[in-house]
This record gives sequence, C-alpha cells and structure tokens, in this order.
Amino acid sequence: MVDQIRHMCVGINQILEQIHGFSRRCLFRVISMGPLPIHLAFIMDGNRRYAKKQDLEDGSGHKAGFSALMSMLQYCYELGIKYVTVYAFSIDNFRRKPEEVRSLMDLMLEKIKSLLDKESIVHEYGIRVYFIGNLALLSDQVRAAAEEVMQATAENSRVGLLVCVAYNSTDEIVQAVKKSCVTKLDRDMETIQLVDIEENMQMSVAPDPDILIRSSGETRLSNFLLWQTGSSQLFSPDALWPEIGLRHLVWAILNFQKSHSYFEKKKKKQM
Amino acid sequence: MDSNEPMLLLSSRIGQIGDLGLDLLWRFLHIVVSLFHIVSGIFEAIQSYAISLGLIQKYSSVDIEKLRCLAVVLDIEVARDVAKVVELLQWLKTIGVKQVGLFDSQGLLKKSKDMILEMVPGSTLLQETGEKDISPDRKEGIAIEFISSSDNKEAVVKAANILLKRHLKTSHPEKDEGNNVFTESHLNEALRVVGENVHVPDLMLVYGPVRSHLGFPAWRLRYTEIVHMGSLKYMRYGSLLKAIHKFTGVRQNYGV
Repeated sequence: MVDQIRHMCVGINQILEQIHGFSRRCLFRVISMGPLPIHLAFIMDGNRRYAKKQDLEDGSGHKAGFSALMSMLQYCYELGIKYVTVYAFSIDNFRRKPEEVRSLMDLMLEKIKSLLDKESIVHEYGIRVYFIGNLALLSDQVRAAAEEVMQATAENSRVGLLVCVAYNSTDEIVQAVKKSCVTKLDRDMETIQLVDIEENMQMSVAPDPDILIRSSGETRLSNFLLWQTGSSQLFSPDALWPEIGLRHLVWAILNFQKSHSYFEKKKKKQM
Repeated sequence: MDSNEPMLLLSSRIGQIGDLGLDLLWRFLHIVVSLFHIVSGIFEAIQSYAISLGLIQKYSSVDIEKLRCLAVVLDIEVARDVAKVVELLQWLKTIGVKQVGLFDSQGLLKKSKDMILEMVPGSTLLQETGEKDISPDRKEGIAIEFISSSDNKEAVVKAANILLKRHLKTSHPEKDEGNNVFTESHLNEALRVVGENVHVPDLMLVYGPVRSHLGFPAWRLRYTEIVHMGSLKYMRYGSLLKAIHKFTGVRQNYGV
C-alpha cells in the first residue's frame, strides 16, 4: 500500500515536471519573439545569508547555491543565450576564515570534477567551459581540475560558460596590461594600444555582457566585470542566490528587450 | 504534385497564424511589464513628494559624512540639459554633498564645465587631492569633477605605457617577469601620474532610461553602489534624498 502511494507520488511529480518544462518552453517561445541577450552575467550573492535564514549548517548555503546555478544555466541555454558568466569566487573572498575558504575550495573541486560526468549539463548543452581569474592563487588540485575541464570542453562550440574564480576586475586589468607590455617587448615595439589590452583581457573570449544580475538586492559590482559592463543593463533582485528563479530571469530579459534599441543606438554612436 | 501545393499553403498559413499569436502574446507580456513600471512609478512619485514635504520621519536627517564621494552618471541626451544638471548640483549642495563626479560618456559636461561652475554658487573644480583630507575652507562648497569616457579605457592605456617605460628601464626587461612594476598599486599610481582621480565613489546615481554605469572609469567602480534614478527631466528631490539615505544604511563585507 505504502509502495503504491510512493509510486503514485513519483508519477505525479514527473507529470508536474513535464508540465512545468512544457510551460517554460512555451514561455521561452513567446519571449524569443523579441531580441535576446547574447551574454548574461551573474553575481551569485547571498548563499551564506540563505543558510542562516533557513537555519542550515555552514556550507549548505553554497550547495543550495550550486543547485540554483544549474537551474539558471539550464534556463539560459534552453532560451538560446550563448554565453553565461558567473562570479564564483573573488580574490577578496580569500580573506574569509580559512575553514570557510577550504570548504568552498572542496565544494568547488567536487563540482568542477562533476562537470566532466557524462550526464552533466556540459554534455547536455555542448558547453565550452572557461575558468577566468588568477588561477595561480588556487590550490594545485583545483587548478588542475579546472584545466582538465577547459581542455575536455575546448572542442565544444555551441555555448560558453565562463566561471570567474580567484577573479577580480582590477586584477584582470593589471594582468592584461602586464601581458600587453611583455608582448610589446617581444616585438620590440614601444607603445601599447587599447586593442592590445582588450585582446589580453581574460574575458575577451566572449563579447561584453548584455545583462548583469546580482542577487540579494545589493547594488554594487564588487570588482566584477567593471571593464566589460559599460553597455550592460544591471539588475539587483532582492532574492538571495539560492532563491533565484525563472521569474527573475524572465523579468530581466523582458526589461532588456525594452531597452534594446537604446543600447543599439548607443553602440552605433560609438562606432 | 498538385496535392502538395494546397498542403504547403495551408501549413504556411498555419505558421503565419502561429507567429501572429506568439507576437500578440509577446506584446501582451510587454504591456504587463509597462503597466508594472507605470504603477511603481506612481507610488515612487507619491513617496518622493511625501519625503520632500518632510512627512516621512526617517528621511528628515541623513548622515552625509558617510558619503565622501558621489558620482552622477548622465545619459548623453540628458547631459545636454545643463539647466537641470545645475539644479541637481544645487540640490546636492543643499543636502550636504561635498564632492561629486559628473560623468557623461562623450564629455559634453566637460565642455560646459565653466558655465556649470559659474551657475552653482560655492562650487569649485575638484583637483587631485591625493590622500589628504579636504581643507576646512571648503566646508560650505561642493567640489565638482568632470569625467568622460576618455578617463576610462584610454587613461588605462596611457598608464600602461608609463608602466612599460618603467619596465624597459629595469636592467633585464626580457628576463624580468615584471612583478615589481605590474601591480594594482603601480597601475593606480600611474593613473594618478596621467592626471586621473583614482578615488572610488561610494555611491553612483544614474540619470537615464536604463540602470547602467555607461562606461564610467572601470578602475574606480569596485565597491560603488549603483542606483538608477530615472529621467533627469522629471527628477525629484525626495527620490534623491531617499537614494542617499538608503546608501547610508548599506553595510559592505568587501568579500570577506
């Protein structure tokens, strides 16, 4: 009897999921009648506050955050967004308590390795994964795992996932300046041009983001993509990152569509 | 062959009707979004007038000392309305803001800076003040800085060339990895040498149709709270006060 009820619940769950998926695809079909962003960026803020709010143990907030990230990636790639960038770990975050940093690194290692699984989202959507940041600051294990994933997905070309880890914008700018200078030395040329710095920016693998969403209602960029967001529309929904959902994404895209002609006009004037 | 044509025509018509249906649904979604913005705009306007009239207690005093540096980003169309910009600056002065950076991407305000400084009593052009505190003589006035896109990426290029020259002067530039020349503090200093103000604004108010920093100098944006104020033409004193008050309540972790 109990088994029958359990089977019935699983069945109902599956039907609800199918209905949910079908409704979502219909909604995406409607939204696609307007211009869609090519590149979306997320600042995944609020995992710790979520854990505190839900009275969970330390670290559970980040796990919940990872699930939210997987859902958002699924929605983005289903909708046809080509690039998604996420701020996973800032250079400033190294200043947190050592136990917290260690637990975050362990979680990151586990999740990076899981990207290589056959059933992972990487294979489902043909994602090319980039790890952007000062990877030398990471432990050997995490760095090796990241490099392995980048190599394994190098042939994928459908969509891109840029994971910013041990990253901040000012460090990215300095590294780009350094690489530009070293290149100039090699070629015996004396002045750096803007195009040299732009091509040496780690984020140059993708176009500038159209939309940047920071969860938990904070209105600052916290040293994320400062160079690349001159033409990005910024959103700060109040939801904490693990609470972020389809409605926040849809809201951002509908507002992007309203301002699309404004940004197009601005880009034309700059050319 | 003949029987295929009506079928093709029929499926094409069905496709067209389907697309029309989707288009109507899409427009309906956008009408809902627009209605939401109109309604929230009305509520915001009412609240703003209430704040201006002093009816809401919590906005009657603002801890302005927390706001050391304010940035105001203006869309190009908005920046042409110099009279409104002057009015905004006068409001900021009344609230007690001491230092404001005005940014528009094409430098239109830079061209009008003399006129603006003349029209705002007690205003001075902000010079690079280094790390020292602002002198007590400027207690009553407002220091204004004019910023444009040339202070963003082009300034970093100039600063990069200064660092390159410095690196070339080291005894073995080809062998030296440059860890003594290419650091954040060195780039910061090189930007100062180029004539840029490197102070990070605490708060940025964006006047324009969209919430975007519109290319404000990236090097200075790290921890700046970015708030969208809407159109400059319909700006309200109450909304300005509310934005500044909300900022004074923000607590940053700086990543820790």
